[in-house]
Amino acid sequence: MEYKDRKYTYLGSLVHGISTLTTGMKTSIKVYFRKKVTEQYPENRKELKMFDRFRGTLSMPHNENNEHHCVACGLCQMACPNDTIKVTSKTVETEDGKKKKILASYEYDLGACMFCQLCVNACPHDAITFDQNFEHAVFDRTKLVLKLNHDGSKVIEKKKEV
Amino acid sequence: MFDFSIVTNWIHELLLSIMPEGLAIFIECVAVGVCLVALYAILAIILIYMERKVCGFFQCRLGPNRVGKWGSIQVVCDVLKMMTKEIFMPKGADHFLYNLAPFMVIIASFLTFACIPFNKGAAILNFNVGVFFLLAASSIGVVGILLAGWGSNNKFSLIGAMRSGAQIISYELSAGMSIMTMVVLMGTMQFSEIVEGQANGWFIFKGHIPAIIAFITYLIAGNAECNRGPFDLPEAESELTAGYHTEYSGMGFGFFYLAEYLNLFIVASVAATIFLGGWMPLHIVGLDGFNAIMDYIPGFIWFFAKAFFVVFLLMWIKWTFPRLRIDQILNLEWKYLVPISMINLLLMACCVAFGFHF
Repeated sequence: MEYKDRKYTYLGSLVHGISTLTTGMKTSIKVYFRKKVTEQYPENRKELKMFDRFRGTLSMPHNENNEHHCVACGLCQMACPNDTIKVTSKTVETEDGKKKKILASYEYDLGACMFCQLCVNACPHDAITFDQNFEHAVFDRTKLVLKLNHDGSKVIEKKKEV
Repeated sequence: MFDFSIVTNWIHELLLSIMPEGLAIFIECVAVGVCLVALYAILAIILIYMERKVCGFFQCRLGPNRVGKWGSIQVVCDVLKMMTKEIFMPKGADHFLYNLAPFMVIIASFLTFACIPFNKGAAILNFNVGVFFLLAASSIGVVGILLAGWGSNNKFSLIGAMRSGAQIISYELSAGMSIMTMVVLMGTMQFSEIVEGQANGWFIFKGHIPAIIAFITYLIAGNAECNRGPFDLPEAESELTAGYHTEYSGMGFGFFYLAEYLNLFIVASVAATIFLGGWMPLHIVGLDGFNAIMDYIPGFIWFFAKAFFVVFLLMWIKWTFPRLRIDQILNLEWKYLVPISMINLLLMACCVAFGFHF
């Protein structure tokens, strides 16, 4: 890039070349003595720290009362380019006689997921998120189809406005 | 100063006392050959391990660390893997040349290796045109590379071999010229005399400016000659997938690999012998006490320390700079290195003629 607008003479380019090469060698010898960044994974499993934005497995956080945020709207299912998400809903009748759609099961196929995070972005309730768990190896593909909602869980009810 | 010829003379006398001279010399030749092969193998293991570690450190990682302490038996595992691999030949390959090529490369490397003086009295090939022999023997390697490219019946291999041929033949010029510059200063081409001549100061200090220029030129040219560093274009993985040895598997490839690393060591040890005094300890004229202390360190330790220092220097260069294009390589050689080494030769001749050296 530089040589086009700045013309070097024969000796000028020689001196320039040598000076840039020594700059490079100075940098690399600094890296040589720098602390190494290698993580020794199976040994450091306990203190292994992943980045916050790392996408491990899709998960649905539940609170202590076994409640989640999912209202079974199915936006994540529509956003997924790979059809890895299958939201099954059922309709129940509440005490005051209204019909309401609730989540029956949330199935997620980890084997087909490409970790694009479009489902998380599409979710209006922040019901799903990617956690840090990345140890996915299993011997049977069917084990990769995960059910994200826990048994007997229900959606967190919004507080009625008074 | 430990003189290795005491040992060799003792062995010679011992053999002469129990058998005729011809048989004794034959047995000595075999023993020297076995020692040479053993040293070659040991150095290859050390160099490959060192390369991987140094490469890792330059890239801010640890390098091999799984097999053995600090990954120390990694090379042994690599060799075992390589030896258990099947050797197969591409369809339509020239069988004879295909099989011959790795051996040509190895033979060139061995012949050059045998020239190097390891210690006082421990030089295998030591005759009055040693430097000439070294330059001649080292250029056999390019024949092996060209045969490999041609014999493989693969166009990419052929391109790789041609690139390598162009590169090695070009850079041999400036390598030879920088050695010639030093021959002017040294006044001899026998390796034992070259090293003896540095008893009162290594040639890089004695020849000052022209010697330093020759040293740098030699390092660049030597690095290019063993297809390493920023000059590893013949095996450019991104374009040619390993260039001239694409079609080699198992130990066929192993020999090329071995020769590359040993050529690196040979370049380094020739640089150490010619510029840094070989096995000669650091002597400073006038400081007799200091010189005497330095003499207590055996010669081969000095030699290997210097050679590995230069090896480290070459690895530093290799892992710092990006690969050059073929036109850049030839530009560097023909437009810069050759004129510089020619002028440098003239400069050195003037220095010697007018006595400007120390």
